[in-house]
Amino acid sequence: MSPETKPDFLISPEGLRVDGRRPDELRPVELKVGVLKQADGSASIRQGKTYIIAGVYGPRELHPRHLALNDRAYLRVVYRMATFSVPDRKRPAPSRREKEISMVIANALSPALFLEEFPRAVVDVFIQVIQADGGTRCASINAASLALADAGIPMRSLVPSVAVGKADGVLVVDLGDEEDKYGQGDVPMAILPPTEEITLLQQDGFFTRDELLEAMQMGINSCKYLHELQKEALKKAYVKKTPDGEEGDDDEDEFDDDLETDLGETDMMEDE
Amino acid sequence: MGDFSSQTISHIDREFIAELLGKGERLDGRAFNEYRDIQIEANVVPAKAEGSALVQLGDTSVVAGVKVLVGEPYPDSPDEGVIMVTAEMSPIASPLFELGPPKEDAIELARIVDRGVRESQMVDAKGLCIEEGKKVYMVFADVYPLEYDGNLIDASSIAVNVALLTTKFPEMKLEEKELVATGEIKSLPVTNIAVEHTVVKIGKHLILDPVLKEEFVQDCRLTMAIDEKDNFTALQKGGGTGAMSLGLIEEAMNMALDAGKIIREKIDESVKAIK
Amino acid sequence: MAVYFQKREVVVPGQLLAEGRYRPSYGTYDENGKIYSTLVGLAELRGNTVKVVALEGAYIPKEGDLVIGIITTVAGNNWKVDIGGPYGASLHANNALRRPYSDDISEYMDIGDVISAEVIAFDRQSGPFLSMKGRGLRVLDKGMLFDVSPAKIPRIIGRRGSMINMITDHLRIQTVVGQNGRIWIKAPDTASLRLAIKAFKTIEAQAHTSNLTERINTMLAAEVAEIRSTAPTKTGKETEDEAIGEEAVETEQSDPTGDETSEAGDEVQESEQEMEDNLDESEPAALDDIEDEIDDKTENEEVNE
Repeated sequence: MSPETKPDFLISPEGLRVDGRRPDELRPVELKVGVLKQADGSASIRQGKTYIIAGVYGPRELHPRHLALNDRAYLRVVYRMATFSVPDRKRPAPSRREKEISMVIANALSPALFLEEFPRAVVDVFIQVIQADGGTRCASINAASLALADAGIPMRSLVPSVAVGKADGVLVVDLGDEEDKYGQGDVPMAILPPTEEITLLQQDGFFTRDELLEAMQMGINSCKYLHELQKEALKKAYVKKTPDGEEGDDDEDEFDDDLETDLGETDMMEDE
Repeated sequence: MGDFSSQTISHIDREFIAELLGKGERLDGRAFNEYRDIQIEANVVPAKAEGSALVQLGDTSVVAGVKVLVGEPYPDSPDEGVIMVTAEMSPIASPLFELGPPKEDAIELARIVDRGVRESQMVDAKGLCIEEGKKVYMVFADVYPLEYDGNLIDASSIAVNVALLTTKFPEMKLEEKELVATGEIKSLPVTNIAVEHTVVKIGKHLILDPVLKEEFVQDCRLTMAIDEKDNFTALQKGGGTGAMSLGLIEEAMNMALDAGKIIREKIDESVKAIK
Repeated sequence: MAVYFQKREVVVPGQLLAEGRYRPSYGTYDENGKIYSTLVGLAELRGNTVKVVALEGAYIPKEGDLVIGIITTVAGNNWKVDIGGPYGASLHANNALRRPYSDDISEYMDIGDVISAEVIAFDRQSGPFLSMKGRGLRVLDKGMLFDVSPAKIPRIIGRRGSMINMITDHLRIQTVVGQNGRIWIKAPDTASLRLAIKAFKTIEAQAHTSNLTERINTMLAAEVAEIRSTAPTKTGKETEDEAIGEEAVETEQSDPTGDETSEAGDEVQESEQEMEDNLDESEPAALDDIEDEIDDKTENEEVNE
């Protein structure tokens, strides 16, 4: 019941967007890894007012068994919006939109995963949108790829994702809700950063050939920036687990044993 | 992390918990009548929900959100608004929760929490009337578990209470059959608070606020909604086929009454914190 | 030729680790002569081999692993065993019982029983298959199960068992550590059990840090001193001999080097210590008896007690 009205313009005379951003500027992004205790891997993302939590289970036994693949793990993505995440109450049952987005997200993530390492199993990615304010499918991919890494699923790389759109004829990245609703188009995309290959691509609205190519290049650039944020969030989650918040800096070089059993009984401080 | 991919309860877990309880102990060091640490954060969905709360009860967490819509009243209560609680066992919260349409346990969870709110007449339904027989407010409180380590019912009940208590929505009126905003921001007409407390029976022992491993071996549970005046406003015995004597039920009621005061204080604090 | 990481740096999937004449190993992939990480983990260069030690991940069975399983079904001559991870295991009666055995094998082990077993075969299209014909493999009785991330098990065992032995010495507990992330703990009292769990949780959270054994040692020494000084009886040093009865501390772990090399069942390493702080090198006689008893139990169809 939060009434929303169409803004007078999406791009101000100064060339700024409704929320004051420049066209190539992302909303503030906050990524956290390891936010759920029950899931094997998890991450949350706040991107503007969008707030999403992703949890990963697996690889685990797949039920029903007839879905099992003999040469790789089945990647099952379930994207769900909370009823209260949108202005009007969303009906609790999964919508066609949610089902399609689930599939699109799975397709965006799977090229990054070495699913062939776990034949017959399933990797479950559950995405819960707590608050939706535009760009939920892209934000979901950003969080889900972190959750997959947190679960220890082998990956080619993390998968950053962003939507590029057109507002008042200007190409803008990371659409907010109003730009999404009242703009002239939307191009959600995701990439594999090492190769810059695109794994998610959808488009609606009106774009010329040149606009679309430019939009995609803008998307790649923004994805590369998001990728830096992802790497930072992931490292932070693992490095912060050290007792004093720093990584062990060991100068000793006694490493005859295997690392798995010997992470260096070298120097490092007391705790507890 | 915990792996419950097999729901076969190991004999070791069963005996271990029974043995501990026999010694008057629980693994996490709590007394039998003690809740886990509770963290309540109100207004976690500020931009879209009219009210919301995140509750962490030990390693269990749930988020509840409230939407206030306008609709037509039921013919048999033309001057009363509608309030409804739903819950989903989202598979993100536990390896035990399966995909698919809500099963019995999800429906039971929603119904229990719903009765706690409804039977205590927490929200004055007549206060939700915009115009008799035409328009009323419809209040939906929906619960999503995020982490399940036992006792979803109490965590959900606390979350729903806080979400409802902190709900703010634009007042509407009918003008020439058109629904228009008055410009005022309203709170819900709350007249009572009732919170649910769950005690489970394991052997001859009663424990409050079970963790998942305790739920695995429970004979049954008893959930009790208790209001501000220490009235019992709803009971539900469930969670297994075990039977309970009147004596044990009385003991459980006393445990719930004592716990109720503590939990209501925590709810008050969290509501004040956002004001 | 270049290496792009510090020793034991926390790396993330897709991170470029090296290029040139390096060899990709566990936790990495090679694309056009460049080696990238596939995991969140600790990067390591050994000779010219680049590998990443996982910090998380599901349990993937390996021949020779000691695992702790829960029996979920009895089907004909097979038990189905939950060992965590994506693959449910099978245990054939021939690999657990001495023939002849009864047609109804649930007489020996039934749903809900917890066992220590060895992975004898696994090829991802079938299996894993388990065996209980090895030293110390048996139905675990009493105690409790504690779950940790399987990736942390090598650290919990420590170099040649150094970590787990240190913990069991301090706390006078029995443990069996399964490569599948399950730890069976049998403690003389709840205080020791809680300390053991605290130690395992600490190791799990700090598995990638240096000098962990020493920190755990210090923590346990301090906390054990505290509970022993406040404990009423039984756990005190004077009464220790009575308290333990003829039970011995036993610690079992498979393949404490934790590496890819799979080992045969007989090599499942066990170490036993008497319940004394000053660990005696010579094994007390009582231990041999218990050892025999364990073996008998496993091979003599007495597993159902």
